[in-house]
Amino acid sequence: MLKAFNLKKTFNPGTINEKVALDGATLNLAPGEFCTVIGGNGAGKSTFLNAVAGVWPVDGGSITIDGVDVTGLPEYRRAKYLGRVFQDPMTGTAANMQIDENLALAARRGKSRTLRWGITKEEREKYHDMLKELDLGLEDRLTAKVGLLSGGQRQALTLMMATLQKPKLLLLDEHTAALDPKTAAKVLEITDMLIKEHGLTAMMVTHNMRDAINYGNRLIMMNEGRVILNISGEEKKGLTIEDLLHKFEDVSGTEFTNDTEILS
Amino acid sequence: MSLDVILGSLGSLFTAMPGNIAQGIIWGIMALGLFITYKLLDFADLSVDGSFATGGAVTVVLMIAGYNTGIALLLAFLAGVLAGLATGILHTLLGIPAILSGILTQIALFSVNLNIMDGKSNTPISVDKYNLIISLRHVPQAIIVALVFVAVIMCLMYWYFGTEMGSAIRATGTNPSMSKAQGINISLMKVVALSISNGLVALSGGLFAQYQGFADINMGRGAIVIGLAAIIIGDVLCKAIFSKKSNFMLTMAFVVIGGIVYYIVIGIVLWLKMPTNNLKMFTAIIVAIFLAVPYLKDKFNNSFMKAAKRGGKENA
Repeated sequence: MLKAFNLKKTFNPGTINEKVALDGATLNLAPGEFCTVIGGNGAGKSTFLNAVAGVWPVDGGSITIDGVDVTGLPEYRRAKYLGRVFQDPMTGTAANMQIDENLALAARRGKSRTLRWGITKEEREKYHDMLKELDLGLEDRLTAKVGLLSGGQRQALTLMMATLQKPKLLLLDEHTAALDPKTAAKVLEITDMLIKEHGLTAMMVTHNMRDAINYGNRLIMMNEGRVILNISGEEKKGLTIEDLLHKFEDVSGTEFTNDTEILS
Repeated sequence: MSLDVILGSLGSLFTAMPGNIAQGIIWGIMALGLFITYKLLDFADLSVDGSFATGGAVTVVLMIAGYNTGIALLLAFLAGVLAGLATGILHTLLGIPAILSGILTQIALFSVNLNIMDGKSNTPISVDKYNLIISLRHVPQAIIVALVFVAVIMCLMYWYFGTEMGSAIRATGTNPSMSKAQGINISLMKVVALSISNGLVALSGGLFAQYQGFADINMGRGAIVIGLAAIIIGDVLCKAIFSKKSNFMLTMAFVVIGGIVYYIVIGIVLWLKMPTNNLKMFTAIIVAIFLAVPYLKDKFNNSFMKAAKRGGKENA
């Protein structure tokens, strides 16, 4: 479903702030794979997701989604293949617009936007039923402005928007990092439910090693802009946090230095 | 001062009022155009000072050349669309910041407008010789015509911003990164919104030139501030009357009402014998006050001084 080959990206080249963010990162995902992504700060996890999403062009390498080479496509044209949820709950939704309007915008992702009504009556009924399943009390607030929702509600809504039109690939960039532990768990639960229900291919960046192990059927670790560890199938099921830390030391030759990941 | 003089003077205020209302409605159309960029797109577009005069110039010159009023206004609208297109291209394709793009277009339009009027800074059009649809000579009729324009434009805007394309423009204004992630070409949406906005501004310039009986190179000077005044006054009134129960149609209606209120205030100020030279300063002060009041109110209710007082009471 995703073929990312030898991706390279350097930010601020030729200045004192030069930063090699991706240094030959390669990843293949089969249809239906749910891949969790871990790694220390600056390892290139978010950069990798942004490269796939087309936030900027890569310096080298190629990206293919479901057989289509998207390397040369700008962000808005790749959007039809991708569902995305961001770390900041503010990023994924339009705060000044209503809940149903946000969903209707997402329902038209990848389609040409015409002079037909932006939202229909049937859609409103459909959204009502879908939101009811989330059990967050949003189904009766369809016409409320999204800006009035809590962070967790916004992330759940963004998830719904990302999966409303089945994406070829769902990109989750630390989408529970800004939430309190209880809400984060709920949003993760919804994430897992939606991925299983629609049989989605997904990538989830997380700083929580336990989540990375518990969720999904594939796990990669990134370091210095490369994928240094690739675990799937049975091997992933038996994985422990200690295993991961040891493996990291073996592969990178350094100690895992991110406190939050060790403590969580 | 005798009672007669006072009454007579009050009378002159009231006879002037309908004219102020007509002007307010025409400028309300201009403010509706500005509303698209300022409120929906979150883009402070300064090109309107130029495109307002462009609309006036195009309308008057075409009508003198023998074109029918409707065609002249339509072409004025299209001239405004081109002006908006220029600002949009400067901003999206060439990466020039929003405010600067508007200023560049505005300054360029000054020359364009002079050329349209064949080098003259003022081109009169007499209501006796030409078939003007709106004129200060017939104020009641002017008010009706302006209101018809407002009603049609508001319905069209209500429809357009409810469509898939219009929703995409609104999304672009609220959250560009979300819009891109939902597959919206935000550069295109900005250009489209700027074009429609400046088209409406030019249309209102065309109406205003007919109303006052001439097109003038300076007729758009400060237009953005008057438009902002209308939007902000309307917004404050709408919130005061309907609190949170407002909808899009009401919001737009209050933009026009804001324009009318603004011109009524101007009428009163002129009646109080303020020199016309000071009008622009007065406008700037009104807008500054309306912009500052919500901020100051929040600051006052949320100040460190108050926090210290509350803390002091609890400790005592």
